[in-house]
Amino acid sequence: MTSRRTLTFALMDPPFESARSTTALRLVDLAIRRGHDVNVFAYEGAVSLSFARQKPHANAVHGRSVEEEDHPLTRDWIAALLEAARERGVRLDWANCGLCVDERGVEESVAGTRRGSPADLARFIEESDNTLVIPTGE
Amino acid sequence: MAKRQLHIVESGYRATLEEQDDTIVWLCHALRGAGAELDLLLHGNAVVYGVQGQEVEPLRFGSRTQRCAPDLAGDLAKLGARRSTCFYVEEDLAERGIDPGEVLDGLVPIPRAKLATLFSRYDQVHRW
Repeated sequence: MTSRRTLTFALMDPPFESARSTTALRLVDLAIRRGHDVNVFAYEGAVSLSFARQKPHANAVHGRSVEEEDHPLTRDWIAALLEAARERGVRLDWANCGLCVDERGVEESVAGTRRGSPADLARFIEESDNTLVIPTGE
Repeated sequence: MAKRQLHIVESGYRATLEEQDDTIVWLCHALRGAGAELDLLLHGNAVVYGVQGQEVEPLRFGSRTQRCAPDLAGDLAKLGARRSTCFYVEEDLAERGIDPGEVLDGLVPIPRAKLATLFSRYDQVHRW
């Protein structure tokens, strides 16, 4: 049996630009499934991952309606991760860098995520068993 | 006792005009302000941050002039003043044709062969 640990992920990539964000969320999902507490510090473009006004769209090239397309939205994935953490009885603390939120105008984030600051990352690092940085590219 | 952190910046000039700084050097300042014990390693293209005398022309779009250009070497000097050491990989500087004499005083050169030893001094190493 795996002992319960606290893991921190620091993310930088915005949604829909690379596979790194999806990989990060898959790692968070796995950590929750294994019963670990997880902190996420979303920095720079990553604050848009939980933006509540992301909208699904139809896709004429695919010939599918909005419903048929079921376009992936990171806000939905994060909401699902928060729900999974609640069901599992572990903590998922998702903090968005406040200044990064302001400069992008993405104040509305999904329920369960929150506005934070680098002070949260400093605390996360101190309180975690380990921290994984997933930075953005050039 | 706070964990000792080494932050590595490798992506030089990543959005520095847009952010008026390097976002990880900025983050190091913010973390330091929050009590973190950290040092910084400039790797790859980011070693150029340490070169003195860099000037950025004001960015202009039409009649809009953007004030407060980034001062990357100045931000490193301020980090040093906060008792954080800033290292740079000496081979990365040489490969870019930069003489060590052009580098800001106080920055510490480290050869690639010593990086593993450097990393071993820290509780956590964060590569951005």
